[in-house]
Amino acid sequence: MTGTLEVRGLSTHFTSRAGVVRAVDDVSFAVQRGEVMGLVGESGSGKSVTGFSIIGLVDPPGRVVAGQILFQGRDIARLPEPELRKLRGRHIAMVFQDPMMTLNPVLRIDTQMIEAVQAHETVSTAAARARSRNALGLVGIPSPDERLRAYPHQFSGGMRQRVAIAIALLHRPELILADEPTTALDVTIQAQILAEVQGLARDLGTALVWITHDLSVIAGLADHVAVMYAGRIVEKGSVDAVLDHPLHPYTAGLIGSVPSRTPRGERLPGIPGMTPSVLNLPVGCAFRTRCARATAVCETDPPEFPAEPGRAHRCFHPLVAVPA
Amino acid sequence: MTTPMPAPMIELRGVSKRFEKAADSATRLVRRVRGALGAPVQPQIVRAVDRVDLAVARGEVVGLVGESGCGKSTLGRMVAGIAPPSDGQVLYQGQDVATLDPAAARQAKLRVQMIFQDPYASLNPRLRVSEIVGEAPRVHRLIQGPYDAYVDAQLRRAGLDPAYTRRYPHQFSGGQRQRIGIARALAVQPDFLVCDEAVAALDVSIQAQILNLFMDLRRELDLTYLFISHDLGVVEHLSDRVVIMYLGRVVEQAPTEEVFARPNHPYTQALLAEVPRIDARRRRFTAIKGEIPSPLAPPPGCHFHPRCPHAFARCSVEVPALLEIAPGHRSACHLNDR
Amino acid sequence: MSATALAPREETPLRRFLAEFARSRLAVLGVVLVALVAFAAIFAPWISPQDPYDLAQLDIMDGRLPPGSVSPTGVPYLLGTDDQGRDMLSGIFYGLRISLGVGVGSALIAGIIGSALGLVAAYVGGRTESIIMRLVDLQLSFPSILVALMILAFLGKGIGNVMLALVMVEWAYYARTARGSALAERRREYIEAAECLALSRARIVFRHLLPNCLPPLIVVGTFQVARAIALEATLSFLGLGVPVTEPSLGLLIANGYQYMLSGKYWISFYPGIALLVTIVGINLVGDQLRDVLNPRLQK
Repeated sequence: MTGTLEVRGLSTHFTSRAGVVRAVDDVSFAVQRGEVMGLVGESGSGKSVTGFSIIGLVDPPGRVVAGQILFQGRDIARLPEPELRKLRGRHIAMVFQDPMMTLNPVLRIDTQMIEAVQAHETVSTAAARARSRNALGLVGIPSPDERLRAYPHQFSGGMRQRVAIAIALLHRPELILADEPTTALDVTIQAQILAEVQGLARDLGTALVWITHDLSVIAGLADHVAVMYAGRIVEKGSVDAVLDHPLHPYTAGLIGSVPSRTPRGERLPGIPGMTPSVLNLPVGCAFRTRCARATAVCETDPPEFPAEPGRAHRCFHPLVAVPA
Repeated sequence: MTTPMPAPMIELRGVSKRFEKAADSATRLVRRVRGALGAPVQPQIVRAVDRVDLAVARGEVVGLVGESGCGKSTLGRMVAGIAPPSDGQVLYQGQDVATLDPAAARQAKLRVQMIFQDPYASLNPRLRVSEIVGEAPRVHRLIQGPYDAYVDAQLRRAGLDPAYTRRYPHQFSGGQRQRIGIARALAVQPDFLVCDEAVAALDVSIQAQILNLFMDLRRELDLTYLFISHDLGVVEHLSDRVVIMYLGRVVEQAPTEEVFARPNHPYTQALLAEVPRIDARRRRFTAIKGEIPSPLAPPPGCHFHPRCPHAFARCSVEVPALLEIAPGHRSACHLNDR
Repeated sequence: MSATALAPREETPLRRFLAEFARSRLAVLGVVLVALVAFAAIFAPWISPQDPYDLAQLDIMDGRLPPGSVSPTGVPYLLGTDDQGRDMLSGIFYGLRISLGVGVGSALIAGIIGSALGLVAAYVGGRTESIIMRLVDLQLSFPSILVALMILAFLGKGIGNVMLALVMVEWAYYARTARGSALAERRREYIEAAECLALSRARIVFRHLLPNCLPPLIVVGTFQVARAIALEATLSFLGLGVPVTEPSLGLLIANGYQYMLSGKYWISFYPGIALLVTIVGINLVGDQLRDVLNPRLQK
């Protein structure tokens, strides 16, 4: 059975006066129906651009230069814009970190949602309104009829994000891309949204790609995780496997930066140094300048080494010797 | 015979901070007319901080935790001397800061420094790093010996290469800027640092580096910290004691292990239950219902009662007092007082 | 742990700004135009074919000669002469001196006064702010020409009085802009840090606040120079500005106005062109300045 989404060798480059930035470099992963895939990385890792590339929202000077994006078996990587527009909102939806990127501040919620419904289907306004009302109910917004007539500024941050998710759900898309949607929210509100989203993925069978820098959120929410660094996926696999037995030194460093794994008051192992500038990436493995295990061979591009099915890493000196 | 406890380094007694929307003359006129006609309008007041008592002993790290609207940032600014309290007293080494003469007040202000959240807004973009770090110690005549050597020493202590003193902030990354901010604070020789979400805007790996720096500095310079954060994991790692705030009030405070092992207040319990943890896999997120109320219209009685699973009649009427329920462990909940 | 590779050479904000600025061809054209005009104004005595105010050199018989003619003494009248026999080109160069001098001078003085008032209003707040801002509102509610005319009617003509009138008209724009900018910057964390470091209020306002409020003020200043030049030209055209002995471009245009319909267009036309070039050049520069300086404010 073809997965909902399969990305193969995706590369997105930005051309500027200062040079070519390989924001996404040979990225491959797959998400099945009803699964949650976490795309984890720090700033500059290319995780957001990967999301934008999948949904076709990369603007010049950026361009998808290589690879395939198989959505339900069909390659959408170089689809013309009119075709993409049919998919966007209907079959693939995106939720952004700032809900005001989805919501128009001068329009009422019902106006926006009805518009979103009617953009893809010819239904009466009344039917579209009913659908919108149900979607708001799905994401746990109380008194949806009243809320429909409100403006975005009358909602709190958490509510707005729920509305944005509701809009994403209007057409029951098969795939939702979420780019740091809860990063700016309080812990209790984040928990509410994660609970809703989890339920939805389970009940509706939506495939979810959750882009974030927060490993703890991925630990709780996702089934699989792909860790990105300098545009490449350096490790991927099931959440348990990657978090309990990381293979790539960067993954281990990232886990070591989170306080909960280190005894109180002790220095956090972390990762020395800084992310290199995207214009000036080290040749070969981009992480080698910060890695204690780097040797001469690391100056060549590490290919993807498969470990078990669904597990892979890009390291010449992985942390645990992989059984043959 | 036991020696008497030294005065806490910083103490807040009954400190409140109210923000009122400043009324222009037309609004004031309208209010006066309405008042005269018998339909007075209540001015809109936000009680950002509501009668908080807090004491930080020398050498301690106190973690201050809460979500939006809880008042932790405002509290931090009152401790650092940037915002005067509306009520109550701020005491530095036992003395009320407001009653000090200008020279002593300035000394007290210099001793308590702040590290800010936004590495992009907390440095003056027009000044070179050397000036950012060295201006205050030069103006206050704290530098003995050559200026450049002093500035270089501060930068090195914060983990920066002194070769970059001539550069401007925009040429540095977020983590480096935060280090510049730390160097600037250390340059005036403080003994107390207020860290207001100092690592929230940083990448995870850089966050770990800065946290390590804070811990190292604590040991090397015998610093005391008030560490404000919404990130419970970070607070747990760094702090000796944790204070939890909700909508302007302290709801619980206890030594770190105690809070995390035996949270008493329902809000603390919910907060701890809902925090994602790297070891909690594919969990069912269960969330407490409801939104954080607006600080303009906080619920009467216990601010948390609309969202509390254990609320009863008294909670909506009477404000719970912060009572000691175990040694060093205080909680403001009527459930402890039945 | 030290910083990794940064910008390769000394990258001051100034260099960055210049690189950004030069990206617009129109703006560079504007700079060229302004430079030409400024050059003409500064070096007028050396580059003019004739000193138009030296009565000894004038011959009224040479009056109203068309462009291209030559005086009996061999002085070329490249742009013709006016009714007094003065060379138009020289008149324009000297006129530019007056126009630019008055325009830039008044903009600078108004800028210093207005910006200082605006900054103080924003930082100090309270009643001081109210008073200053009400004055600004008062000032801005009157049309500039009206205010200038009233002042000049009261004080009489003369370059000094013209500059005073222009300063009175212009300071309010600076004050308003400075206050708006300062209000936004005042709450920024680097100002809070300066307060935490117990720096004096004066130091905070002038060392920290002012340099960061400068970009919009520079933009306002640029446009104000253009406005001042235009306003002065208007006043002089109406006969209330600079005296006849030191004619600005406006006065030159006024002088030739009566001849426009009788075919002797050059007496008004060329000073008009000079005025146009000056103002367009300044505006082009100001436009690009505004665009370049703006994103910086968002940082």
